[in-house]
Amino acid sequence: MHKFFIRSFVSSLVLLFTFTVAAIAKDVKAAFVYIGPTGDHGWTYQHDVGRKAVEAAGFKTTYVEGVPESADAERVLRQLANSGHDVIFTTSFGYMNPTNKVAKEFPNVKFEHATGYKREHPNVSTYAARFYEGRTILGTIAGTMTKSNVIGYVASFPIPEVIRGINSFTLAAQKVNPNIKTKIVWAFTWYDPGKEAEAAKALIDQGADVIAQHTDSTAIVQIAEKAGVYAFGQASDMDKFAPKAVLTSVENNWGPYYVDRVKAVANGTWSQKDTWHGIGDGMVVISDLDSQMPADLRSKVKKLQADLASGKVHSFTGPIYDQKGNLMVAEGKTADDGMLAGMMTYVKGVEGDIPK
Amino acid sequence: MIIDINFIGLIIASIMASAVPLILASCGELITERSGVLNLGVEGMMIIGAISGFALMTVTGSLIIAVFGAMLAGVLISTIFAFLTQTLITNHVATGLALTIFGIGISAMIGKNFVGIPGKEFPVLFEGLKDTIPLLGPILFGHSIVFYFAFALPFITSYFLKKTKIGLIVRAVGDSPDSASNQGINVRLVRYACILYGGAMSGLAGAYLSMIYTPQWIENMTGGRGWIALALVVFSTWNPIKILIGAMIFGGLTIIQFHMQAIGVRIPVQFLTALPYIVTIIVLVVISRDSRKIRLSTPSSLGKSFHKDN
Repeated sequence: MHKFFIRSFVSSLVLLFTFTVAAIAKDVKAAFVYIGPTGDHGWTYQHDVGRKAVEAAGFKTTYVEGVPESADAERVLRQLANSGHDVIFTTSFGYMNPTNKVAKEFPNVKFEHATGYKREHPNVSTYAARFYEGRTILGTIAGTMTKSNVIGYVASFPIPEVIRGINSFTLAAQKVNPNIKTKIVWAFTWYDPGKEAEAAKALIDQGADVIAQHTDSTAIVQIAEKAGVYAFGQASDMDKFAPKAVLTSVENNWGPYYVDRVKAVANGTWSQKDTWHGIGDGMVVISDLDSQMPADLRSKVKKLQADLASGKVHSFTGPIYDQKGNLMVAEGKTADDGMLAGMMTYVKGVEGDIPK
Repeated sequence: MIIDINFIGLIIASIMASAVPLILASCGELITERSGVLNLGVEGMMIIGAISGFALMTVTGSLIIAVFGAMLAGVLISTIFAFLTQTLITNHVATGLALTIFGIGISAMIGKNFVGIPGKEFPVLFEGLKDTIPLLGPILFGHSIVFYFAFALPFITSYFLKKTKIGLIVRAVGDSPDSASNQGINVRLVRYACILYGGAMSGLAGAYLSMIYTPQWIENMTGGRGWIALALVVFSTWNPIKILIGAMIFGGLTIIQFHMQAIGVRIPVQFLTALPYIVTIIVLVVISRDSRKIRLSTPSSLGKSFHKDN
């Protein structure tokens, strides 16, 4: 009996102490969960640049890298939620279910899931970037710069995100050059330098003189540099890997969003949101345009960039036809977000079939 | 599409280039296995070679130091394996797997500071002769020294095993360590040497990837090539020339399937992606049907620990 009282006394003291500390320390702590290593110089790397922006804004951050999209993710999330983090960013599509599951157990912790669509609890928000706007710019440049009229495209996996990119790229290229063909090669990897290089080589051997990519490594721009063809950087500025080949890069810029959301948590103004930002909000950034591009193309691209930002131009403006010639978007209309989110058909002018 | 003869030459050249790391690692592992040691750590030794080569190239600026440094790194990490399996008599399979996991982890740790740094141009030989002969020009000329070494290696390995005294000793140790030991051969020493040699070749294969093929460092950049090299050794029934054939088929199909996709051949892409694995296995099984020859070239004591009672 005696022992029991001492124990409960001590534990209530500890509890009291914890609450007091929690009440005094109003510092908001943010955690980030990464799918890859921060050193991939691509997807995860850019998220980590965003995390550093949060740190620079005066908040404490932690991150866990290389977390598999499995039960491990749940374990990591639970641990982060338990150890006093106020907001947790989960930065890969596959964390969708674990995020929602753990969010239910910790209603006081805010969860932010990248590229997903499930918001099952009021403390879960989702966010993604309109990368396809960047690909509209790349398509415009590719259509203008190609001499062989064959444009190569190394794709990763047949999911809406990638198909949308291919379509937006091709539509823009066709607009400036109706004779172009987009040749797609599926590498079935996000990230295997050797394989990506082989895919790019095959496309170049087949006459492509501009190569676009939706995989993450810098191998493709390096192959383009060696072969003397043009290419574009993916996720981060890849100019230093291939100064002659890279015309520009589409960069993912998560920093402003992250800072914004962590501040909202600190001010108590955080609420559930679904964010899909593009060039206009600065989540998608176009790197410096290479001086090899003619001056009039550069000014055209700058204008297009401004118009995409202001919403004057939309990447998917009708009339858009699919490969069989069926109308997808009527003249004068633009594709709505629902259509974009589930896009699984090629537009006219893309060669080949989508792997099933 | 215009199929001209130089186009075919270019394709064959890129097939050969993609086969180089497989040939190097397989020929190294072949010697290790012929001495009776099964080292499943090829992937780990390769990735250590890749980061060591790239890091040394960035830090010292010397390609020669980097290439030899990568081989030395392969030797060092395989020394751990050799010490564990030969001196402490641990299980080959478990130790090899541990070596791979260890290699991937430690390479990522060392590599932290080397991500996002562009590699250096690796010099190629006979660049000027490339256009002198149609078809053969791009196949024969304009490659790195490692490339030429890789294509000579299967023949050197074959000669070494069949025609030299040391080759005979290696085979004897792999087939019957007890008899070899009774003949006065230091089994443990021979096995140590074979393991270290395998490490050096895997290290070189890794360096080829990070310094020549796609000059950059990214975590896990070997992408399972070490496992394919291991499989090639077994499916080629421990024959170096068949390793060469297998590596060429594997590299060839990987590249040709991309070409088929680009041309627009209507075959499911997933099937094309699986094709290199399927065909390589089928071909190697078919060309190695002779069971008598298999018995002759399979090291009978492969993977078994050797205890000398004294």
